[in-house]
Amino acid sequence: MKITQVLKAVATAGALALFMASAAQAVTLNLGNGSEPGSIDPHKASGDWENRIVGELFEGLAAEDIHAQPIPGQAESWTISDDGLVYTFKIRADAKWSDGQPVVAQNWVDAFQRLFDPKTAADYAYLQYPIKNSAKIGSGEITDFSQLGVKAIDDKTLEITLESPTPYFIGALTHYTAYPIRKDIIEKFGDQWTQPENIVGNGPYKLVEWVPGSYLRGVKSDTYYGKDSLKIDEIKWDNTEDLTAALNRYRAGELDILTDFPADQYKFLQDNYPGQAHVAPFLGIYYYVLNQEKPPLDNVNIRKALSISVLRDVIGPDVLGTGELPAYGWVPPGTGNYEGEQYLPDWSKEPYDQRVEEAKKLMADAGYTPDKPLKLQLRYNTNENHQRIAVAIADMWKQIGVEVELFNAETAVHYDALRAGDFNVGRAGWLLDYDDASNTLDLLKSGVKQGDTMNWGNNYGRFSDPKYDALLDQASKELDLVKRAALLHEAEKLAMDQFAAIPIYWYVSKNVVSPKITGFEDNAKDINRVRWMSKSE
Amino acid sequence: MLGYALRRVLTAIPIVLLTITVCFFILRLAPGGPFDGERALPPDQLRNIRAYYHLDEPLVMQFFRYVAGVAQGNFGPSMVMKDFTVARLIGIGLPFTLMLGFTAFIVGTVAGLVAGAIAAVNQNRWPDYLLVFVVLIPIIIPNFLMANVVQLVFGVYLHWLPVGGYTPGAWLNLVLPVLILAMPHGARVARLTRGSMIEVLGTNYIRTARSKGLGARLILARHAIKPALIPVVSYLGPGLSYLLTGSLVVEQVFALPGIGKYFITAALNRDYGVVLGTTILYVFIILALNLIVDVVYAWLDPKVRFR
Amino acid sequence: MAGITGKDATLTAYADALAAAPKGRSLTQDALRRLSRNKAALVSIFVLAALVLFALAGPYFLPWTYDKIDWSAIRKPPDWVKGHYFGTDQNGRDMLARTLQGTQMSLLVATVATVVSVVIGIIYGAIAGYFGGKIDAVMMRFVDIMYALPYILFVIILVVIFGRSPVLLFVGIGCLEWLTMARIVRGQTLSIKQREFVEAARAGGAGPFAIIFRHVVPNLTGPVVIYATLTVPEIILTESFLSYLGLGVQEPQTSLGTLISFGAPVAEALPWMLFTPAAFLVVMLVCLSYIGDGLRDALDPKDR
Repeated sequence: MKITQVLKAVATAGALALFMASAAQAVTLNLGNGSEPGSIDPHKASGDWENRIVGELFEGLAAEDIHAQPIPGQAESWTISDDGLVYTFKIRADAKWSDGQPVVAQNWVDAFQRLFDPKTAADYAYLQYPIKNSAKIGSGEITDFSQLGVKAIDDKTLEITLESPTPYFIGALTHYTAYPIRKDIIEKFGDQWTQPENIVGNGPYKLVEWVPGSYLRGVKSDTYYGKDSLKIDEIKWDNTEDLTAALNRYRAGELDILTDFPADQYKFLQDNYPGQAHVAPFLGIYYYVLNQEKPPLDNVNIRKALSISVLRDVIGPDVLGTGELPAYGWVPPGTGNYEGEQYLPDWSKEPYDQRVEEAKKLMADAGYTPDKPLKLQLRYNTNENHQRIAVAIADMWKQIGVEVELFNAETAVHYDALRAGDFNVGRAGWLLDYDDASNTLDLLKSGVKQGDTMNWGNNYGRFSDPKYDALLDQASKELDLVKRAALLHEAEKLAMDQFAAIPIYWYVSKNVVSPKITGFEDNAKDINRVRWMSKSE
Repeated sequence: MLGYALRRVLTAIPIVLLTITVCFFILRLAPGGPFDGERALPPDQLRNIRAYYHLDEPLVMQFFRYVAGVAQGNFGPSMVMKDFTVARLIGIGLPFTLMLGFTAFIVGTVAGLVAGAIAAVNQNRWPDYLLVFVVLIPIIIPNFLMANVVQLVFGVYLHWLPVGGYTPGAWLNLVLPVLILAMPHGARVARLTRGSMIEVLGTNYIRTARSKGLGARLILARHAIKPALIPVVSYLGPGLSYLLTGSLVVEQVFALPGIGKYFITAALNRDYGVVLGTTILYVFIILALNLIVDVVYAWLDPKVRFR
Repeated sequence: MAGITGKDATLTAYADALAAAPKGRSLTQDALRRLSRNKAALVSIFVLAALVLFALAGPYFLPWTYDKIDWSAIRKPPDWVKGHYFGTDQNGRDMLARTLQGTQMSLLVATVATVVSVVIGIIYGAIAGYFGGKIDAVMMRFVDIMYALPYILFVIILVVIFGRSPVLLFVGIGCLEWLTMARIVRGQTLSIKQREFVEAARAGGAGPFAIIFRHVVPNLTGPVVIYATLTVPEIILTESFLSYLGLGVQEPQTSLGTLISFGAPVAEALPWMLFTPAAFLVVMLVCLSYIGDGLRDALDPKDR
């Protein structure tokens, strides 16, 4: 990148900004977007704050409706073969890129090949691993990309073949890893292709300005097939890294929506801005990982004592103040493809005092009492909420004879330690990538041997039970959704009865929405596309 | 004097090299890397990413690759802001940071000089006591607290000023950030000015001037200000460099597009390229400011000679 | 760090004045007499002493300890019946007890960092000044280079490497803070080593280190005291900045900076969480500033 290029880019951005400012009274949505996006390349993005931008600039075969359920997007319809392996998509005739070119099936072939290409190094490529041969291309085992299960039959017909039937596949296609790309644009501009002056998308909005640390701005795309139904002309995604400052900006009327707010302010908001703070169930679980590879937590009785002595009912309502519901199982309530009763262990119904007594007894049997306590290190990544929960739980464990040393570190150090198995108890959380029970259950699968190392994935505690693995394996081949759900339920019970981890609460989404905005519906994925919203002055 | 300046510029090169070396290796000592995020990447993926950024090479190789790149003006990519090169990030953020920093510098310095001079002339009377106490406030109250307070008061309660954000030309949005940045700077300038002014006003030549019957204002203007400025000037260099590089809180709280925050957030995120790039920039700024301060110093104080 | 409180400039100006001043009288006695005439400084000394005493002894008289959770009083305003005189935090811990513990911690880290930097500064500066010549040139060049390095970056890297052990961390900060002290000590050493009494000592067979510690260091009381009164608030503010970044001390221990960084965002919703630690910090730093000012005036040989 030469300096002249930089200057040119800056000048273009500035000119565009001026142009935008002089445009007629446009309806602008000021969206407090959270962190600074690192990338809006669909293959490199990784956070929900990036999704909120990428998802307006691009659109996949399927898109999200107002409740974040999959609906036809760039594909107007699709058929699925009887064995559940071959999906054939019919792409809309009026689907166009923002430079006016038609959207064609080849755009997805290019996109998926790039996604799985080891050279792209896409963080989230594994989300699309249901596609045939994709994992092998990702690992470099197959170098001939034409073997990938994504084929363009003609310009407007795309065929995707899967490894095995995947009930949530259409849902996975709404994810940004499944968005189409323009290979010619990427080849022309290299890693600068996402800059506002270069980017070409196929979504309802197009990017006109990106000022790192401050905001991004998008305007209605003239080439989007549904442009006439868009009520918002312009989106400003504001950086709201500092949540307190963001709330101040909201209260002064500078922002219309906040996608997060400080939990401590919930009551204040309810009292002073009634109805504007939205707290809704969110598909995700907050839990403590227990390192089961080394003593003392390889002992299931100690794990049990730790888990049953956590009084979950006070965490959400009192310690956090936003009323998160207590978690005892492993799959968030409301997760898709999971018919059946929610897992609830018997001990969760016992009074807390009785649980503490039982835990004390378990600890005493293992040789630990309050006078001769078990010393454990509890690691969490630096964050006020994590800290409060850790402090509260350390106090709950004190009474059963556990002395907790709290240890917080920045995200990079924390997860480095978890991955290395260098901890006793560690904080973790999981937000579902797609609406399917297997997404959280996979977290407890045994490690896979790869070369001379074990790949434990996100199973930081290294829980390992061949029966559990077999159940998940069986479920992944089961076509009947009810039978599949039963297998998954069995797996959940198996792992939770062995206290494979300590679930603490189910996540909630926290938004603040101005009364001026309509079309913002709380949903379990916390995805709210601007195309459904409108704003009154 | 030109030779002196040239010599100073030349000695900057080893300093910059040393800084790059120290930073580069210390940074790699720290546990965790830029890709240790909330979610574990599959080993294949991690290997791909590390190869993409050449992190799989021996450290010394990476170091020479980096230095060679810098010598050609290539500061490499950002590993966290993946869509940006370090040069582009700095190219966008630096003009804003310079504008914000210099504005705060001028506002703070002028206000500080005036306040300090008023306090000194009124030594041990009520304006002095008041000013001495007032300028303590911004020095001892952490700026993140101060920023929240001014946002609430001027933005939320009074609706006088915008709370945050910035688009080119929206100068009203800069009032609060400049205020937060300028206050501690101005307070320090005021304290220094007061101290040295009192000292100068007590020296023999001022007494002489006074005994000759010169008016107080004339004495101040002709004899007192220049010598009183000497300790102030020696603070202005570090003060300005702090304004230019220490604006993390202000940028984050007010959502401003400067580069001050990268000094810190990049280190926390292990964004190696950005840490090194901004560090090099920082060293250059400090060296340049030191040079300017020395030149101004020599103009103010005839005793100083260039070596 | 460099520049946060303008300490360097103040100290350098003072050191220049010191170097130019005539030597001979007992500076300390003089200074104490002048200090006792400065009312603001005197009051500050008493207030600060009372505050420190309260922070050290207070916890023994409170009904709650700093890490005790009162499950029936989570984020509650002051409650005299339960003994939460200044309210509780979101974990149900007593704010006053936590503030006192935080004050202790802040004072501890500030003292440790100051002592470390004074010790390093004296040794380094004295060696450079005493041996002079090439050694001096190289050593002082190194100090110049250190001045140009981005401190805060090193502090953050230190935090990352040392983890959150507060003492280790502030030993680390002390290791970065000594530059100004080294410069002053070097200047002093340069002028003192030409004095007759040093000549005499040398003729008597005293080694360089004996001369430094017996003759140079005792002459540094003034700068060291001023340096300390300016460094302590600087470290406390640095610590509060680190807390803002989430790099503060490890729970359940706390510091004033950590408490304030948690209190600032809830200033409206839970004002008592901000009030107590902020009041302690402000009183402490105001006192230290007045003492620092008083000392500088008292020790300044020009201002007779």
